[in-house]
Amino acid sequence: MATAVMTDPMLPQPYLVREVSKETPDTFTLKLAPEDGGSSSAFQPGQFSMLWVFGVGELPISISGDPAKHEQLVYTVRSVGQATNAFVSQSVGTGVGVRGPFGAGWPVEAARGHDVIVVAGGIGLAPLRPVIYEVLHHRQDYGRLVVLYGARSPRDLLYRKELAAWARHRDTQVLVTVDYGGMSWRGHVGVVTTLFKYARLKPANSVAMVCGPEIMMRFVTRELVSHGMSHNDVYLSMERNMKCAVGFCGHCQYGPHFICKDGPVFPYEQMRPLLDKYEL
Amino acid sequence: METLERILAEHPFFAGLESYYTGLLVGCGANVRFQPGSYIFKEGEEANEFYLIRSGRVALEIFAPQHKPIVVETLEEGDILGWSWLLPPYLWKFHAHAMQDTRAIALDGKCLRTKCEQNHDLGYEVLKRFAQIMERRLEAARLQLLDVYAVR
Repeated sequence: MATAVMTDPMLPQPYLVREVSKETPDTFTLKLAPEDGGSSSAFQPGQFSMLWVFGVGELPISISGDPAKHEQLVYTVRSVGQATNAFVSQSVGTGVGVRGPFGAGWPVEAARGHDVIVVAGGIGLAPLRPVIYEVLHHRQDYGRLVVLYGARSPRDLLYRKELAAWARHRDTQVLVTVDYGGMSWRGHVGVVTTLFKYARLKPANSVAMVCGPEIMMRFVTRELVSHGMSHNDVYLSMERNMKCAVGFCGHCQYGPHFICKDGPVFPYEQMRPLLDKYEL
Repeated sequence: METLERILAEHPFFAGLESYYTGLLVGCGANVRFQPGSYIFKEGEEANEFYLIRSGRVALEIFAPQHKPIVVETLEEGDILGWSWLLPPYLWKFHAHAMQDTRAIALDGKCLRTKCEQNHDLGYEVLKRFAQIMERRLEAARLQLLDVYAVR
């Protein structure tokens, strides 16, 4: 096993880029495998890794692959700056360093026996994709799966083929919308919150997992609560400037929490007092 | 057989409306159907009705000269299409076209305005429902305006 759990969490393990695929004009999915040919680190849906692009820097990136597949780690990254641009520009066979996985993930165990509502905006679908895999692998353990996904435009939608495939599963509803549609787009147009009126929800027996820009999560949580969801059954994935990933450096402190160590996934109830604070 | 009165009563927009008022509205309604790709109305035309969508999908689009039309919202089963009939100058502000085979109940705006003027209780019920829709769409438009997925 390439990434021994007991090793120094600050020490990157050597991985190789095995595959690079373009999702959208600025977003890429990279598959990494341990350099020594062993199994990659096991992870929980919602956890993240610190990825070293040698000579450039380190990036905190959520794992977007299937937790049941141990031969590789998968990351979907939007190129928005020097380090992310360097990472998505890696060619197959290039070496990168991987630390982790880190953090608290989505409550997939606690959600067993319940309906699962996944609400994602933009690149926020990437950290939630492992949840969808997990539910579909253990379909009998969960109730209905409802996926609500919003993106800026049709060309910004991630995993389009998978979205269509997921929708074909039993007891699964997948609704996709874009903020602006061209004339060739035949699907929904409107912000992600407008999908709720078409979703078949049973709020009393559901667990909701939400990931996207913070302002989108604020509107979505408001919508979930207005549909009767309890604050305790709604979970959010938060994002701050993570550096050490183990709660030492304090870069990602958010109120009394370290996003890297206590999160990135938090119950909404815990985040609620902080989300409305201008200063944070 | 599904009567127009029953369809109106069961549409989410009129949920909870007393049957007496539904009875008043029936006289203003008619079943309509739009083929995919057909325009239901266009910006600047007289707004003489609104639609309770029963099935299908309708795109609201903005036309800007020298640009391709932009679809800003889609409406589906259970949604309401159009409120320009309610407020002067009674002209449509957008284009609306059927993206799919779309069935709806068209309610004659002039007929409804007259009934609302004659019966203010009915007018209040109708306005309350439109106000809720306007509030929700205004909130959605604000969120859309924020362009939350853009790179900052």
